[in-house]
Amino acid sequence: MRMRTTRLRTTPAVAGVSALLLLTGCGAADMTRQASPFANAQGAKTVTLSVQSWVGAQANVAVAQYLLEHELGYRVDTVQVDEVPAWDALSQGRVDAILEDWGHPEQEQRYVEDKKTIVNGGDLGVTGHIGWFVPTYFAKRHPDVTDWKNLNKYAEQFRTPESGGKGQLMDGSPSYVTNDKALVKNLKLDYQVVFAGSEAAQITQIKQFAKEKKPFLTYWYTPQWLFEKVPMTEVKLPPYKEGCDADPEKVACAYPHTPLQKYLNADFAENGGDAADFLKRFTWTTEDQNEVSLMIAEQKLSPEEAAKKWADGHESTWKKWLP
Amino acid sequence: MATITAAAPRAGLPGILRHRALRKLLALALVAAILVPLAAARWASGSWPGALTVDVSEPLGRASDWIIDNRDSHPLFLYFFGHVSNVVVLAVRAVYLALLAVGWAGVTAVAALVAWRAAGPRLALGTGAAFLACGLLGMWVPTMQTLALMVVAVAASVVVGALLGLAAGLSDRMHRALRPVLDTMQVLPAFAYLLPVVLVFGIGVPAAVLATVVYAAPPMARLTALGLRGADKEVLEAVESLGATSRQRLLTARIPLARKELLLGLNQTIMMALSMAVIASVIGAGGLGDRVYQALASVDVGAALAAGIPIVLLAVVLDRVTGAAGARLGEAPAPHARALWLYALAAAAAVAVAGRLADALNWPDGWVVGIAEPVNRAVDWMTAHLYSGVPVVGGTADWAGHFTTWVLDPLRDGLQWLPWWAVLLVVAALAWLIGTWRTALTAVLAMAAIGVLGVWKPSLDTLSQVLAAVAVTLVIGFATGIAAARSDRFERLLRPVLDVFQTMPQFVYLIPVVALFGVGRAPAVAAAVVYALPAVVRITAQGLRQVDPAALESARSLGATSGQQLRQVQLPLARPALLLAVNQGVVLVLAVVIIGGLVGGGALGYDVVFGLAQGDLATGLVAGAAIVCLGLMLDRVTQPTERRTKKGA
Repeated sequence: MRMRTTRLRTTPAVAGVSALLLLTGCGAADMTRQASPFANAQGAKTVTLSVQSWVGAQANVAVAQYLLEHELGYRVDTVQVDEVPAWDALSQGRVDAILEDWGHPEQEQRYVEDKKTIVNGGDLGVTGHIGWFVPTYFAKRHPDVTDWKNLNKYAEQFRTPESGGKGQLMDGSPSYVTNDKALVKNLKLDYQVVFAGSEAAQITQIKQFAKEKKPFLTYWYTPQWLFEKVPMTEVKLPPYKEGCDADPEKVACAYPHTPLQKYLNADFAENGGDAADFLKRFTWTTEDQNEVSLMIAEQKLSPEEAAKKWADGHESTWKKWLP
Repeated sequence: MATITAAAPRAGLPGILRHRALRKLLALALVAAILVPLAAARWASGSWPGALTVDVSEPLGRASDWIIDNRDSHPLFLYFFGHVSNVVVLAVRAVYLALLAVGWAGVTAVAALVAWRAAGPRLALGTGAAFLACGLLGMWVPTMQTLALMVVAVAASVVVGALLGLAAGLSDRMHRALRPVLDTMQVLPAFAYLLPVVLVFGIGVPAAVLATVVYAAPPMARLTALGLRGADKEVLEAVESLGATSRQRLLTARIPLARKELLLGLNQTIMMALSMAVIASVIGAGGLGDRVYQALASVDVGAALAAGIPIVLLAVVLDRVTGAAGARLGEAPAPHARALWLYALAAAAAVAVAGRLADALNWPDGWVVGIAEPVNRAVDWMTAHLYSGVPVVGGTADWAGHFTTWVLDPLRDGLQWLPWWAVLLVVAALAWLIGTWRTALTAVLAMAAIGVLGVWKPSLDTLSQVLAAVAVTLVIGFATGIAAARSDRFERLLRPVLDVFQTMPQFVYLIPVVALFGVGRAPAVAAAVVYALPAVVRITAQGLRQVDPAALESARSLGATSGQQLRQVQLPLARPALLLAVNQGVVLVLAVVIIGGLVGGGALGYDVVFGLAQGDLATGLVAGAAIVCLGLMLDRVTQPTERRTKKGA
């Protein structure tokens, strides 16, 4: 590492640097500590939260934002970024906190252990679980579909034009944690993993299937508000054991149950004052989160309205979070 | 009948062409006869041979790690990128704060009055109405954020583009060096730019602005160079004979003569920047694009539309105002032009001050019309009733299924079944027939590069989607274009529709498309068709309308029916325009097929999305490079005729 650094430091870099130094006449500019140009526009204290693309994450952020703004007098900016880039942005201080992380060992090692630019902010209170799901109306008619050993029997019924003669296992956004390709191969299933490419596309497709009561098999996760609209039953995969997913090529077991974590930028955790304390204490249940998610996704309330509605009804819960 | 075409002098052309085409094909066949058996014997596989690929994931992964580890300490970042980033943030912030300080009334007044002076009273009204509509939709602050970002990005693009264009316009060597670069950049889908910029600058506004500049500067550079090179020789000679120095010549003759092209360049740059403003929301640009993107996440088409409409309005207004300003250039200035400008500025200032005094800088909360709900109801109704079970024609889901099974699958499997050398051969033949041996070589090399990068199969998958989408686009586009060229009323009706679809952010219709066609390649193709159609319709209609009236007149006097006129006079004479339409269609379709990775299009688009989402430089950059090569190849296979005529002109 050191070697490469010195080599790259030479000529072109030096030329560019000196030119710019002449131009600006000032010293180093660390762009990793740089706020958004839209922040602090009215001269308030600002917190920037990362929103991931799924609605559960939006619910966390909406409630945190509402309380920070109305109880603690902060101004909150939100940035929608995918998970891995969000870690990077958190490390740079472009965002102050991620409220729901599903486990990124590689990033934890790099930023929390090695660079120490990010600190763990404690449990969110919600336990996440990824799995394979079939609609409950289908599982009721064919109870044995909920065991992975019988999946091949139903491959025919799960076929779509995209799955090329095999059954379709629908996966979602490329940003999500998934072993599905390896699972299909290692469990010798007659299925094709079809990537919907985004959660929005996946939800839209699930709803269309459900409207017609068609069978489908999908990668999905709990807690998720969609279960309230389209009841789904999990297909049992070979049980999860510690370390059975260590080699991504050889995975042949279910996904673990993950207590979702909050992460804060290290600087912010130390100097963030009330906002940082508040975010560290922020913890709620799956039901709470689903309630807000449903208001956003199904009743199409704006996140702010949904958060207000929830906060009005659960004062005892959030009073404990205030510093 | 064909003999009466006005293009009598061209009558000999097809003969020569056929002859030349035959020669080219023969030469190619000869080369192939020697090379193919060799290649096939050495690397006998249908797909691209593994021995000829280079695995770049290792070094790319290392590069990415290095950047992340050194971003906050290495001098290159501290003293160069850091300052670039700072300047961008400061500039955007300054513009944003200025816009907020002027207040909504002030911004609207300034915009309307500038439009009035530059383009006339009707556009002024339109501009004012557009800004008020942004506020009414509850999007005032995001609109200002996007506007701030746009102002900085467009200014930077214009400066960079004009400098490059100046260099290319004045020096032949620069021109030769820059042209291939600019050509390539023009066919690059916006999505392919994002990852490298994000890696260096991180998520946020600086990355978004820089990606926008890279995307929007090339048209400015091209048109500046074109304008400078196209200046009237006689005028220049006259100026020279008056003893002007070369600098004076440039300032007093060449640049003023190129005004039209410069304004057109500005117009194009603005349009490109606006379309990028939404795509850049994936990397944290904020503003309207971010609203669209967040609405997409909760499958809220209405909210996405509410944020998409301001973008459309901004685009249409800016397009019309710069366009009208360009059209007015030749005219003599109005008698009191300067005084009127002063009045306009004074009036705008008065409105801004009044807004400030009345303490009404922010858009009033009460004045917001919620369109999200009715729109969502309409979309729900549409998807519920069209998705399946429609009598006789079947639902959209069935169409999508049939399209996938009967068109996309055979096309993909066919392309992937072809031996790799056969694909290269076909590309070479097509490119050479339409262009020169140089374009053929570029196309073949681009295609080979895809193989070397090790993404042969997904690239052919993407190619099959592009081909299918282009075919659909051309059939619908030519038909509509012909109809528009023949009926003024139809064209007038069509124009706003085309404007809307050309500028509507693609993200807005990704969800309805999935609701109609399900997840997979079919919705990606559908979105691409929607996006590429307006350009194809426009170019076709324009080309048909510009056909020499004398030729039409003579055909009519000989008693040709209108169908015969179309087939035998208009279409052949509009051939360059039709070819341009094909080329534009291909480039636009490719851009959206890539975005189709978000709705299950798979292939290269998915890889790019994956790379962005996982910060995986190896996957994302390789896919991005393959897209570039694919775009280059498709462009070379469809375009050169147009380029040659331009050079001759």
